[in-house]
Amino acid sequence: MRAVVVTFPGSNCDYDCLQVLRKVMRVDTRFIWHRERDLGDPDLVVLPGGFSYGDYLRAGAIARFSPIVEAVKRYAGGGGIVLGICNGFQILCEAGLLPGALRRNDSLKFRSHDVHVRVETADTAFTRAYRPGQVLRIPIAHAEGNYIADPATLERLEADQRVVFRYTTREGARGQGGNPNGSANDIAGIMNAAGNVLGLMPHPERAAEGVLGSTDGLGVFESLVAHCARERVA
Amino acid sequence: MIAPAAGGNGSAPAAPEPRPGDPEVTPELVADHGLSPEEHDRIVGHLGRTPTFTELGVFSAMWSEHCGYKNSKRLLRLLPTQAPWVIQGPGENAGVIDIGGGYALAFKIESHNHPSAVEPYQGAATGIGGILRDVFTMGARPVAVLDSLHFGDLDSSRVRYLFDGVVRGAGDYGNCVGIPNLGGEAYFDRGYEGNPIINVMCLGIMKREQLIRGEAHGEGNTLMAVGARTGRDGIHGATFASEELGEDSDASRPQVQVGDPFTEKLLLEASLELIRSGHIVGIQDMGAAGITSSAAEMAGRSGSGVVIDTALVPVREPGMTPYEILLSESQERMMVVVHKGREDEVRKILNKWELEAAEVGHVTSDGRFRILEDGRPVADIPAMPLTEGCPTYERAGIEGEEVRALREMDLSPYAGGEGDRTADFLRLLASPNLASRRWIHDQYDTTVRTASVVQPGGDAGVLRVRGTPRGIAVTTDCSGRYTYLEPGTGARIAVAEAARNLACAGALPMAVTNNLNFGNPLKPHIYYQLREAVLGMAEACALFETPVTGGNVSLYNETSGTPIYPTPVIGMVGIIDDLERVTRHAFRHEGDVIVLLGRNTDELGASEYLYAMHDIVGGKPPRVDLLAERVLQQALLAMIGEGLLRSAHDCSEGGLACALAESALHDGKNPVGIHVRLADPLPSTALFFGEAQGRVVVSCDPASLDRVRRLADRYGVPCTEIGTVGAIGGSFVVESADARIEAEIGEVGAVYFGALPERMDAQ
Repeated sequence: MRAVVVTFPGSNCDYDCLQVLRKVMRVDTRFIWHRERDLGDPDLVVLPGGFSYGDYLRAGAIARFSPIVEAVKRYAGGGGIVLGICNGFQILCEAGLLPGALRRNDSLKFRSHDVHVRVETADTAFTRAYRPGQVLRIPIAHAEGNYIADPATLERLEADQRVVFRYTTREGARGQGGNPNGSANDIAGIMNAAGNVLGLMPHPERAAEGVLGSTDGLGVFESLVAHCARERVA
Repeated sequence: MIAPAAGGNGSAPAAPEPRPGDPEVTPELVADHGLSPEEHDRIVGHLGRTPTFTELGVFSAMWSEHCGYKNSKRLLRLLPTQAPWVIQGPGENAGVIDIGGGYALAFKIESHNHPSAVEPYQGAATGIGGILRDVFTMGARPVAVLDSLHFGDLDSSRVRYLFDGVVRGAGDYGNCVGIPNLGGEAYFDRGYEGNPIINVMCLGIMKREQLIRGEAHGEGNTLMAVGARTGRDGIHGATFASEELGEDSDASRPQVQVGDPFTEKLLLEASLELIRSGHIVGIQDMGAAGITSSAAEMAGRSGSGVVIDTALVPVREPGMTPYEILLSESQERMMVVVHKGREDEVRKILNKWELEAAEVGHVTSDGRFRILEDGRPVADIPAMPLTEGCPTYERAGIEGEEVRALREMDLSPYAGGEGDRTADFLRLLASPNLASRRWIHDQYDTTVRTASVVQPGGDAGVLRVRGTPRGIAVTTDCSGRYTYLEPGTGARIAVAEAARNLACAGALPMAVTNNLNFGNPLKPHIYYQLREAVLGMAEACALFETPVTGGNVSLYNETSGTPIYPTPVIGMVGIIDDLERVTRHAFRHEGDVIVLLGRNTDELGASEYLYAMHDIVGGKPPRVDLLAERVLQQALLAMIGEGLLRSAHDCSEGGLACALAESALHDGKNPVGIHVRLADPLPSTALFFGEAQGRVVVSCDPASLDRVRRLADRYGVPCTEIGTVGAIGGSFVVESADARIEAEIGEVGAVYFGALPERMDAQ
């Protein structure tokens, strides 16, 4: 399996993603600079967190014009697996690969702490290592994570079970202060209709080693490695 | 390129003529530049003539307190700076120590008090920016920041505005660059009304061989200005930082720089790539006093000279004079010394990161700091006097009468406590000085870089060092109230407590960076504070074998004549050999034994209890026995090393009751009840809330208790079993012979975690 992590000017979780894929998952992983136009032939593309272009104008709004994003669109169009974390999620929305947008947190503050998210569907390339309904403890760190879409889009996302992660309490209950940013329907992560592009605000790569206090995020990477192995056999 | 006639060797270049349009250098102008008539005479002596306006500006900046350490240098020489593990001591952009495994740690603390007092958001943001540059210009990748904040009382809306702005500014900048915040401290006391103390610390890790210094050697090597363009912001920031604040300080807002963390991130990556490339010989941040200090200090360190043409410096707006270009403190700029002939390679790296680079001059061998404007000399100064010749002073120091009276005050009316101790405890815990700092830390990215093993909120932040079993622990510490009432004691406590914080995490303290924040040193009672604090710090750092590898001095912290509390902030780093042994402050298992190491006393002076309950700043700060502290910490490390402890927590502000509450509550997720019985025959006020030094609250499996006791005995450390850990969500009970605190832990947590948000978000 081969993975690439896209580095935009201002990406700051690129190294973290590379480390988890390389050191924890033993996946052949490399960085790819945003000015490149060719992704090569990877099994997985990661758009990492950070502040691409300083988040000036709007998070992800400038990064989507980077040459590499055209390549990512082609790759996703052909069914390639794309994972966007935090700023990567914002870029996927700005680039039109995922519906909706991420607004400023309802607290108007940067929020950095552990949250609980419930795995809403475990039948995806990104979540098969989890049980449906499993509650994960994973850190967030963002100022613009307040997901919004028009009612019809939200309805479609829910109906198609494309809301993959939802903020909850530790016990897995909705409401009661589990949602850190005011996102619609407590959405923490969604995928596209084809099921090959996922964006989420929490950082699974920061919860993938015991020494850091939680390994709840590791399942995302385990799911992807298993999925890619299956694809290769098939 | 610069014409050879101006940059060549041999024939002495012509002395600079006064530049058309520049003001005449008069005694008034000299005074406006913060220089005394004697200092002006000294400048004339070095130059052999009257300085030009440009030269006056250069001297003013380099001989300011901020750059020249006029009033502190003689005292700073008293600090211990050496140890076998120190690779770089004071005088560079940052200190560096060996952390084993082929790795080195660069670290430094710096103040941004004055800018933050007039523009809190940008003041704090650019403070973070500056300290990051100090660390990555050593060749190290920044891996953590901490902030030591001291504000006035939160009852003031102005203070809330400053606090909110500082936290947002520091957060937005560090979050964007992607450097985790690992802690620090936040204090609130009327002693900082109007003049907050904003100190920021940064740590960076590198391979030992990647170390680079801020030197300009190699005649003919090229000076390049890299990064953001030079604008008119921050001109004379260094001089501004060396003056008292007054009614009109808001008019100084244009002297506050504006930060751009995105450019900083690019500069960080580009600089590390440049350093690794071998194309450059030296690199330095254009921080305080901008081009002037970076070029002069690099030349000074290597004994060479420099020549710079200001017409070659990329500027933001036309018409900037050499004076403005030399003294601008525009952010996110670096001075790089490039091996002659490799300019294009350097430019290639910078272009990749979308940064500008301009050749602005070169290194000479004549030992002079020469500035041209389009080929015409405007400044020509011997470099050594500029960096090393700043006059230093030893002032008269006499303790203020007012402080002595406060220290001697009779505290007996406040020592008793027949009332409801539970109510007192909850009221105390709601004090902004004792309540949870989560409101701050939630605005800081604490987990980026996936190395944060212990996040803010404990005794020390802990980072893993990838590729080794080791961790680095770090903390900042200073109680201004202690230092105000007895400067030497306060400084000794700051060092001892910082070391205790590290030991609680299982780390051996290694080295210190310090930030001396004081008032106007020309006032005898302020100089007394400075001298006593430095002496106390020197004694304690020597005893703990934690040499001072650098830091920052910030004087003139006064508003309309009222000085801040003397605040010598200690930033201390330590090493954990095996991260498996990292220890946290939270009680973890029901049935574990709670043990107090150290001894309770009847001291109540300078306590948060007196301040929060009786609005009193008075009495003697607690006694500190440095040798006993050292032995206590060695015993603690031995216990941790043998894997005997489940938790360890320093006992400090708020006393034993608050330390127990912090261990019981931890981060609020699984708070546990406790039952503690204290047998000491002491008044409950001092017993529960006194701030006796040299105490640590630990917990252990009952089966380990004997071994803990034996180790304590071997070191001669008092060791008392005081209670047991209860169930999650249980009752919090602390009782003495004649008094009792009892509350549901949920109620305690609501107070502890709710206090700061209630004050800050309730509008």
